[in-house]
Amino acid sequence: MKIKPNLAVNETGFLFNPSTGDSFSLNPTGQEILTLFKQGKSDEEVIEHMTQEYMIDKNTVEKDLYDFKIMLSNYKLGEEQN
Amino acid sequence: MAQKKQYERPIIKPLNTGLMNKFGTKTEYAPVKMIDGAYVKDLIKEYGSPLFVLSERKIRENIRNAKRAFETRYPKVQFAWSYKTNYLNAVCNIFHQEGSWGEVVSIFEYKKAIKNGVPPEKILFNGPDKTDDDLTIAINNNSCIHIDHLDELYRVIELAGELHKKPRVAIRVNMDTGIYPMWDRFGFNYENGQAWDAINKIIASGKLDLVGLHAHIGTFMLSAKAYGVAASKLADLALSVKRMFGIKLTYIDLGGGFASKNTLKGSFQIGADVTPEISDYAEEISTALLNAGFPTEDLPYLYLETGRALVDDAGFLLGTVISNKRLSDGRRATIMDFGVNILFTSFWYDHKISPAQDFSHHTEESVLYGPLCMNIDVVRENVTLPPLMAGDQVVVHYVGAYNITQSMQFISTRPAVVLVDMKGTPHVIKRKETIEDVELGEKIPDYLEKFEL
Repeated sequence: MKIKPNLAVNETGFLFNPSTGDSFSLNPTGQEILTLFKQGKSDEEVIEHMTQEYMIDKNTVEKDLYDFKIMLSNYKLGEEQN
Repeated sequence: MAQKKQYERPIIKPLNTGLMNKFGTKTEYAPVKMIDGAYVKDLIKEYGSPLFVLSERKIRENIRNAKRAFETRYPKVQFAWSYKTNYLNAVCNIFHQEGSWGEVVSIFEYKKAIKNGVPPEKILFNGPDKTDDDLTIAINNNSCIHIDHLDELYRVIELAGELHKKPRVAIRVNMDTGIYPMWDRFGFNYENGQAWDAINKIIASGKLDLVGLHAHIGTFMLSAKAYGVAASKLADLALSVKRMFGIKLTYIDLGGGFASKNTLKGSFQIGADVTPEISDYAEEISTALLNAGFPTEDLPYLYLETGRALVDDAGFLLGTVISNKRLSDGRRATIMDFGVNILFTSFWYDHKISPAQDFSHHTEESVLYGPLCMNIDVVRENVTLPPLMAGDQVVVHYVGAYNITQSMQFISTRPAVVLVDMKGTPHVIKRKETIEDVELGEKIPDYLEKFEL
């Protein structure tokens, strides 16, 4: 998923969207996935990374990523969104 | 290879800079992993999910605290366990071991109390539905009958004649105690003189032994003062009986209705912050009775039928997440393996729910659904919890009152109930229901035995 390049995320998971002034809070896994997306990683790469780093299976990450991406889109944080 | 990290479902939550909630309720992310020394995980592994768990330690602590609160303020106090609140025999017997009599509202409950070994003269028989057969049993057993309405009063007088016995009776009195809504469906009204008329009829009959007065002024009463008003009015009636007829009543029964720590739906503040302590009720009632004008040697016994406040916080419901989903409006929904069929009180409480495993401090709002294929099956309309995943376990608090007695066998069988004893050892006090239990009373006519599809 392509994420807006100008989003600011600090080390505590605070996210600021300068285009809209909206701010958000991410938990550590949410923050990690967003960072991977910002680095241009694909869904498959993100899933691979998470299963390597965390005690979790591929199916669960895939389901959670599906939901997380819906929320990123809802909050208009994708690059194609205003 | 490096140790893998603990996974938590990714969440993102918008931060709003609106007005703060001045009540600032605490977010429930602190896990509850044990109940009185028994691990939640082990309990679910051994007895299945969902599972009701009762704490014997908490039940005994509650009744001892209540007795202490009243007995340090008033010299003659007797508790009677309200069977309808939770009539699992093991629970009733804990209360009986602590000295409580039995308070029943049907012949079904009456028979349970007898089976449990409660001496019949220590059973208070309440409720509007007592048949002639029921009354006959109670009269022959010398139990105390709390008369609810005029039809019952006349039947008891007739039965007393037929049985050549003098039944011990009290009348139930309803009254204005300054709370809304006023409960006036049980018993005879104080203000309009019905209660006094009933007393006159009892005494004029010469066939009944009027031993007490009873009131049940409401349920989940958030005002202790209302009990002071009720105690004053009952004391006034008792003193009038003494003055007019020279009869000293044995007891005044203030019924039940003390609130538990649950949060009522629509309440801004959490229940634990607003419900009176048992000592608040004790203070109001004792003060009213002591100041009513009884000579010290004639002080009536104070009977109490407290149920909810003594057992609610001793009950827990353990459950497991079935699934998460996202609703069309973006709200998170969590589907649990317990629903309104077994958690009946979720219709009027916002139950406190804790996760049973560690999470970070991040939380999200969610609707909590039960497993029933019914739209009404909503356990919490909105609850803030950590990012639960399928298979995660939760603990629902304050479920000891009215859930086991009111739970419905609907769509699925009911769960087991476990009592954790004083040493932390769990005991099954009701096994999980089976299909055979449910079909026990069913019969299929011969012509419906077979079919072809």
